[in-house]
Amino acid sequence: MSRRPASRALAALLLALAGTPACAQDLLIRNATVHTATARGTLQSADVLVRNGRIAAVGQGLSAAGVATVDAQGRPLTPTLFAGITDIGVEEVSGESATVDHSVSLGQSGKDMQVRPEFDVTRAYNPDTVLVPVARVEGLGWTTLAATPTGGGSFIGGQGGVVRFDGSLDPVGGRVLFITLGGDGASLTGGSRAAQWMILDQLVDELRGRIPQDSQFALLTPAGRTALARFIGGGGRIAVNIHRGADITRLLRWSKQHGVKVALVGATEAWKVAPQLAAAGVPVFVDPLVNLPGDFDQLGARMDNAALLRAAGVQVGFSQSDSQSHYARKIRQLAGNAVANGMRWDDALAGLTRVPAEAFGVAGDMGSIAVGQRADLVLWSGDPLDVAHVAQQVWLDGRAMPMRSRQTDLRDRYLHGTMPPEAGGLPRAYPDSAR
Amino acid sequence: MSKPLTAAVLAALLAGCASAPQKPAAPAKPYDYTANPYPSTYQRVASPPVLLQHATVLTGTGARLEDADVLLRDGLVVAVGSGLDAPADAVRVDATGRWVTPGIIDVHSHLGVYPSPGTASHSDGNEATAPVTAQVWAEHSIWPQDPGFHAARAGGVTAMQILPGSANLIGGRGVTLKNVPATTYQGMKFPGAPWGLKMACGENPKRVYGSKGGPSTRMGNIAGFRAAFIEAADYMKKRSAGGKDAEGKRDLKLDSLAGAINGDIRVHNHCYRADEMAIMLDLAKEFGFKIAAFHHGVEAYKIADRLGAEGVCGALWADWWGFKMESFDGIQENILLVDRAKGGCAIVHSDSAEGIQRLNQEAAKVMANARRIGIEVTPEHAIRWLTANPAKSMGIDGMTGTLEPGKQADVVLWNGNPFSSYALADQVYVDGARLYDRHDPSRQAVSDFMLGQGTTPGGVR
Repeated sequence: MSRRPASRALAALLLALAGTPACAQDLLIRNATVHTATARGTLQSADVLVRNGRIAAVGQGLSAAGVATVDAQGRPLTPTLFAGITDIGVEEVSGESATVDHSVSLGQSGKDMQVRPEFDVTRAYNPDTVLVPVARVEGLGWTTLAATPTGGGSFIGGQGGVVRFDGSLDPVGGRVLFITLGGDGASLTGGSRAAQWMILDQLVDELRGRIPQDSQFALLTPAGRTALARFIGGGGRIAVNIHRGADITRLLRWSKQHGVKVALVGATEAWKVAPQLAAAGVPVFVDPLVNLPGDFDQLGARMDNAALLRAAGVQVGFSQSDSQSHYARKIRQLAGNAVANGMRWDDALAGLTRVPAEAFGVAGDMGSIAVGQRADLVLWSGDPLDVAHVAQQVWLDGRAMPMRSRQTDLRDRYLHGTMPPEAGGLPRAYPDSAR
Repeated sequence: MSKPLTAAVLAALLAGCASAPQKPAAPAKPYDYTANPYPSTYQRVASPPVLLQHATVLTGTGARLEDADVLLRDGLVVAVGSGLDAPADAVRVDATGRWVTPGIIDVHSHLGVYPSPGTASHSDGNEATAPVTAQVWAEHSIWPQDPGFHAARAGGVTAMQILPGSANLIGGRGVTLKNVPATTYQGMKFPGAPWGLKMACGENPKRVYGSKGGPSTRMGNIAGFRAAFIEAADYMKKRSAGGKDAEGKRDLKLDSLAGAINGDIRVHNHCYRADEMAIMLDLAKEFGFKIAAFHHGVEAYKIADRLGAEGVCGALWADWWGFKMESFDGIQENILLVDRAKGGCAIVHSDSAEGIQRLNQEAAKVMANARRIGIEVTPEHAIRWLTANPAKSMGIDGMTGTLEPGKQADVVLWNGNPFSSYALADQVYVDGARLYDRHDPSRQAVSDFMLGQGTTPGGVR
């Protein structure tokens, strides 16, 4: 067995950083294959200069005196990746409800609809979750938290937003309203998806004052009316979980009629209406690994959904359909498989970087390698869309993130044998140095 | 083996009709706990010989051959090597730049018993009516029209074990299938493959039965296993004692447990935590059965040495974790550490209609994580996690799982190195027949269910 060359290289790199007197948020990464996720595309043998945590220059032959320098040896450098639409930090162990905060259920499950668009899941976010380092060491830098519709709430799950994996408590960018339409939401609207449009109409009536606040038909609290008005006619983004082609067409009509800015999530049959989605400028977040008809809303599932959408001009991002939080790192595999099934590589990388940043209103700061952006960067061992490669170093705001997590700690505890007790060996529960 | 009852009845009738002085009765045939009244009707699709040429070949025995050929004939692998001769009628496939491996085998699938689409009507994987239902057979729940079988074939899967779910302590028998399109499950049933017995530790049984009479705790789980095997041991004693007791009514539940104790049915044990796996190893010793593989085993890395020493495989995910407490300690090197232990037998399994299509990519993740800590795993070694090792755990390693002369010609031709996000199966052969071809729509099977669904781009406005 060879001994940890990657770790050694990393240690050397971190030592180089530590030995630098300048501000830790200044950094020069030299000789990288820079995937900018902008119109500049990929730059070979390029350098990225970071000043005060922001990208100050991208080009060749950059130099900066007294700044910690990393030689990328030609390896790929990308923006930190979008972790998808997840529950990271609002769900620690999925099966333990006390650790799960992504849904609100104030009514009797299934019967008593409680429409609470003012529910804001980012207020539950725990930046100290073990899921953040687990995701971050894989090159993921941020996520969009979702509010999940549930029984006793409504098909309007509430608000989520973008959080960064840098330990910060508060979301960045605007809030996003999460709604589930179609078969997945039908049980929350009396058993029929048709009722989803009925209730949306009713909510619009309420916002427009056609249903007085004290009417027995009013569904919203005063805070709920204020919150919902930011999304219906107010310019906020509504992320809609939806799959069936016909439902997507109805959504496009509805969003046009009411001036609503939507993004699709899941969207298994979006390829059927790709030109309309492109014309409406609606970004679509797909899971390219969904190629089976998981339910009757997804009979049109196919591996090249992402490629077909992109070819029609749709902005395509990625998000997982299942286990998206603990397994957020799998999102790279989604992008790679989209490429294997016909999507251009640059478009797939954009689906993990620029496209979600634009869709969720943070593209001014994040999602590409360009001057002025926050220096959220990843250096890879090889092609970042191929599961055969891994992230070697992650920087957020130009700060090198520790490439450790609870999982690497467990790994290191069990990687090597222990001395037997008869020889005085201590159990693995003791620190490595004591064993 | 296929008709023991009929044969016994015939013998009895003949004996009864005889008028000559009775001969002493032949010694009673021992009772067969693994009689097979639902036999395989699988027939391989005939094919001319196939010569895959100039490929990088991973044999599944640990070898990697460059610029090598593989000759398939009459359903079998005939030869593997360089510059092979082939009969004049052989179909020659130029595999230059491409890779050839044994067909992928998934030891843990619920295709057909939890099919797509996921409807209540087809939710047939857990007989969640009692904690021990060893009498049920997963094969009797299989919906052969599950589109997932075809998707798995396109991912290179040529055989798989369909297991009952994990709601029960003992969920019933699993069955091994050839991944071929068929109208009945018998048409897929792998001839000569032993059954599996699905057992489950931990959170699932206690959650499902906690409010239904128990078990509601882990200690209740273990007591439940022990009670079942005590009953089985007693049943076997009576059966083998001869005389009146041996003639007693068949008990399907105890037949399955007895088959497991005899080693004719292989125990596949869903178990996450290291400490629970250790309990199950003791329990297996207590009742004299062998555990073929621990499934899921996210903490297998903590007892990898013991698993290797006891010859128990770990059928594992590359890196699932965190969906419940017993999966909280999952790490990405689990398969690697189980593999590296002396005697270690690591298997990449799916438990997923999506994962089964990309087991090669799951293995690639393990290899990448190994490299991150300075451990190089070669493709010729890693392929065994998907082929030879699952075959071994399922008891079909004498028939498939490697590319060796005489083995069944279950073969995948990949577009390149299979351990990549970009890997795609170009051709998949089952018993020498090309049953999937990425470039030939005439070799892409479609489920009855998908017909007329208007799901092709040209057909939809």
